[in-house]
Amino acid sequence: MKYRRAGIVASILLVAAAGPAIGDVLPDDRADILYHLYDGGGVTIKGPSILVRKKAGKSVSFVANYYVDMISSASIDVVTTASPYTEEREQLSIGMDYLRGNTTMSISVTNSEESDFTSDSYSFSVSQGMFGDLTTLTLAYSLSNDEVRRSDDDTFVREADRQFYSVGLTQIITRNLIMGLNVETITDEGFLNNPYRTVRYVDSSNPIGYSYEAELYPNTRTSTAVGIRARYYLPYRAAIQGEYRFFTDTWGILSHTGAISYTHPWGAWTFTGKYRHYTQDQADFYSDLFPRSEATNFRGRDKELSKFVSQNFRLQASYAFLQDGWGFVDKGTVNLIYDQLLIDYDNFRDLTTGALVGEEPAYRLDAGVYQIFVSLWF
Amino acid sequence: MKTTPIFRLLLPMLLFAGLSACGPIEPWVKPYERDRLADPIMSLDPDPVSTAYTHHVFEAREGSRGGEGNSGGGCGCN
Repeated sequence: MKYRRAGIVASILLVAAAGPAIGDVLPDDRADILYHLYDGGGVTIKGPSILVRKKAGKSVSFVANYYVDMISSASIDVVTTASPYTEEREQLSIGMDYLRGNTTMSISVTNSEESDFTSDSYSFSVSQGMFGDLTTLTLAYSLSNDEVRRSDDDTFVREADRQFYSVGLTQIITRNLIMGLNVETITDEGFLNNPYRTVRYVDSSNPIGYSYEAELYPNTRTSTAVGIRARYYLPYRAAIQGEYRFFTDTWGILSHTGAISYTHPWGAWTFTGKYRHYTQDQADFYSDLFPRSEATNFRGRDKELSKFVSQNFRLQASYAFLQDGWGFVDKGTVNLIYDQLLIDYDNFRDLTTGALVGEEPAYRLDAGVYQIFVSLWF
Repeated sequence: MKTTPIFRLLLPMLLFAGLSACGPIEPWVKPYERDRLADPIMSLDPDPVSTAYTHHVFEAREGSRGGEGNSGGGCGCN
């Protein structure tokens, strides 16, 4: 469920990403065909993502995205409390941008479907170029309605609503430096936990020393994230980028994200290396092992709510082809991206080791994420 | 009259703010000076499909969400 909800947030980001590049210019016509593969921690997720964007006249641009996650999971959560499963999620987004003067208005709708989860999202944004296009200000609002079901209980139906408010500012600082600032608040209300997940508590009547019961999250959550990026053009035609994001929410999660990347063109090739560092404090109601059943009003044992450090190493190679155009195609690129994701959990324990209760070693996730995609501009 | 350091710092800013209110702000990076910013390697988000997927992966594995920034972008060089 966590993975599914993340998909909705990302799809709204995609709508924004595929939206206006600048206040008074519509985005280029393009098509992207991507195949993704995530492999780590007993989980394999793969599938395509296809995006097409096309102008209709000088002031309107349409965009559509089709995305699939094919999930095969025997994760640490699954092997310790349930049975491995396979699942598929399909997501379709369509949107439109309307340009008038220096202002671009964008609307989009997204539907995400799987056997036990449905989400519909609606987004609206306004982007305004100012000060000779040195500044672009974007205001965005999105609403998401989720329906949560259980595959083993036809009578189980719960709902959750989510609202997104964001302000984005892109600013040219010098002829070599551009910066972006983004502030985003998200509010949730409804059934926010995963209906399948459980928490662990001490139970002396059980021979293994502990038992499980259903997790229980608060029915509301409000989060705020502030992100800043700066990209600088180096004298020998290369680019370096720095990023920082601060995040806090009403569940007590507080995180810092920092990243640095370097992009170097070489003939028709462009190479990028990136390092991302993420630290997070746990949610107030998280515990790896509760002292007894129903020990607290709210309780969760999702490792995503625990305290941990995540590191990501990225290598990307892009090759430009058809640079002089061919038929209706102006240019194209083929891209390969490899991400190494390492997460060291501080207080989420690996129960597969058979150690004494409460003294199991902390879990570590090591995953590889692969993307291959072709982009065509026309 | 003696001025404090903070006043000396604030005075030019107040003057600038006052002058700004009298007329449009002149772009300090002219359109013909934006050739480097127009270079594809300077795009803050050149691959939106890939970026959305990457955010999806991070949001699934981490407790945080949003604020990574995709609004805006570009450099007004077109």
